[in-house]
Amino acid sequence: MNRFEWTDAATVHEAISQLNGRAVVKAGGVDLLDRLKEGLEAPQRLVNIRNIRGLDRIEEGKDGLRIGPLVTLARLSEDKLVLERYTALAQAAGRAATPQIRNMATAGGNLLQRPRCWYFRQEEFHCRRKGGERCFALDGENQYHAIFDNQLCAIVHPSALAVPLMAFGARVVLTGSKGAREVELERFFVTPEQDIMRENIIAPDELITEIKVPRLQPATRSFYIKQGEKESFDWPVADVCAVLQTKGNVCLKASIVLGAAAPVPWRASKAEASLAGKVINEQSAREAARLSMEGATPLAQNRYKLAVFEAIVRRAILRQASS
Amino acid sequence: MSKHDEKEKQDAGAFGHVTRRGFLKGAGLTAAGAAIMENGLLGAKDAAAAEAEPVVVGPGRVPVTLRVNGTVQKVQVEPRTTLAEALRFELGLTGTKVVCDRGSCSACTVWLDSTPVCSCMTLAVDVGARKITTIEGLAQSEELHPVQEAFIEYDAMQCGFCTPGMIMSCAALLNHKANPTLDDVKQATSGNLCRCGTYPKVFEATLAAAKATRKGGE
Ligand SMILES: Cc1cc2nc3c(=O)[nH]c(=O)nc-3n(C[C@H](O)[C@H](O)[C@H](O)COP(=O)(O)OP(=O)(O)OC[C@H]3O[C@@H](n4cnc5c(N)ncnc54)[C@H](O)[C@@H]3O)c2cc1C
Ligand code: FES
Ligand code: FES
Repeated sequence: MNRFEWTDAATVHEAISQLNGRAVVKAGGVDLLDRLKEGLEAPQRLVNIRNIRGLDRIEEGKDGLRIGPLVTLARLSEDKLVLERYTALAQAAGRAATPQIRNMATAGGNLLQRPRCWYFRQEEFHCRRKGGERCFALDGENQYHAIFDNQLCAIVHPSALAVPLMAFGARVVLTGSKGAREVELERFFVTPEQDIMRENIIAPDELITEIKVPRLQPATRSFYIKQGEKESFDWPVADVCAVLQTKGNVCLKASIVLGAAAPVPWRASKAEASLAGKVINEQSAREAARLSMEGATPLAQNRYKLAVFEAIVRRAILRQASS
Repeated sequence: MSKHDEKEKQDAGAFGHVTRRGFLKGAGLTAAGAAIMENGLLGAKDAAAAEAEPVVVGPGRVPVTLRVNGTVQKVQVEPRTTLAEALRFELGLTGTKVVCDRGSCSACTVWLDSTPVCSCMTLAVDVGARKITTIEGLAQSEELHPVQEAFIEYDAMQCGFCTPGMIMSCAALLNHKANPTLDDVKQATSGNLCRCGTYPKVFEATLAAAKATRKGGE
């Protein structure tokens, strides 16, 4: 780890006035310290935002839920309001990482953490995402890599929270030296074709200052399923969030997002469309699950993911029928 | 949990920050911080006017005050020094183990206030007012913590390298759940890797410690 300066920002303004690409944000620090220890980056200054007041609230207003970027994963997973209404978000937060890490990791940092691809995380591999010539995963060890949109770079987006948040249609508020802007998560993340060196559109001098989840339509329920290799903590090999608005047992509207599938949280549009207006049952769930994998381009070692995704997509849909 | 966080926030400005000026500044700008949150960027201009130069320390050694196991310790560390390094190398508290140094094994678990965290992924300069409890601080003078007693009685260790972290996770669980289930113990230790595979004994010992504690409290 390189040596760096340290400053405790007391306000959002104090933080953003210092940010410039060489002075970088530290929230929980879990992802940032990993990158520094691996020698992937050598910032000149860490700007600690963990003590900025007012950025750790969870509130529900007229237009929905507002989550401060400093809310920890542990708090999100235990918050009564989130558990009751935005169930999938609490489930995703509670299944991510370890209890210790959930006590430290923040919602903002979770959305902005960099990919976990083992080639990306090793200093020795100068891959495309680091400005190099090739993606080592494409013909390397790729059992945990992307099955969609994986031609240029096969990372999967690492954020567990992004999966339910995108399914709920959430937005992030970005505050920078030129002002604040609100961006749908759907437009926040960046595919390798758009820009292979980054995963989102945040500017070096911007902070996520709020995450907004729109008010849910009546009779809307959500469910999140994560499949890892082992029962105790693990990164997902596949995860899914299904948000379904129903009337009786008929699905009016479905929002289904897959994690660990692509370089961005991946919307299963065909599956969503196939459910609209249908009775939710084994058959319609099975059909939607099959469609969620249509167009997949698995790599040499990750074809198994298709069956895993089909199973968890089907289960996530059926859970709504039974709940 | 949230009450606890609230308290943490209050203390953070007042203690352990690197300089006195940092403290004064932190306390003085609370209102400005809230204004930005509520008014968006409109508020930011006013806040900017009220603001002085940020206090920057490092990259060399800086004085940091740590509240460890009921004592107050002053150390000189670089900002890049982790809490695990400060505990082990500056304070000689080598009970806290470092295995992966990446947050993925929980061997380095300590409590900040009553919350278990990885000390290898926490910077010493970032601890602030929070009270640190390490494995050395669990015993009350000569008396071992019930979880420590039970680990001995149930042979809940082989090589022992994961043990301090395991015990910190299990003792934290008993702090907020007097009557845990097996699943609760599994959940609490789900981040603690044990290469020797001593998990069943760890679970047994923790459940026994909970039982003993409940009896003792009657
Ligand atoms: C063992 C282990 C297992 C894990 N498993 C999972 C898992 O299953 N699922 C999962 O989702 N994650 C997992 N993680 C990753 C972990 O959740 C993230 O590292 C963590 O959420 C990052 O949050 P942080 O607050 O620590 O971010 P930091 O490390 O502080 O920041 C991350 C990045 O975001 C920037 N940043 C942070 N906050 C802001 C903000 N408000 N505005 C602008 N920039 C900001 C920082 O500059 C940095 O680049 C795991 C981690 C470990 C160690
Ligand atoms: S040494 Fe800290 S988690 Fe492994
Ligand atoms: S007892 Fe050896 S690692 Fe757990």
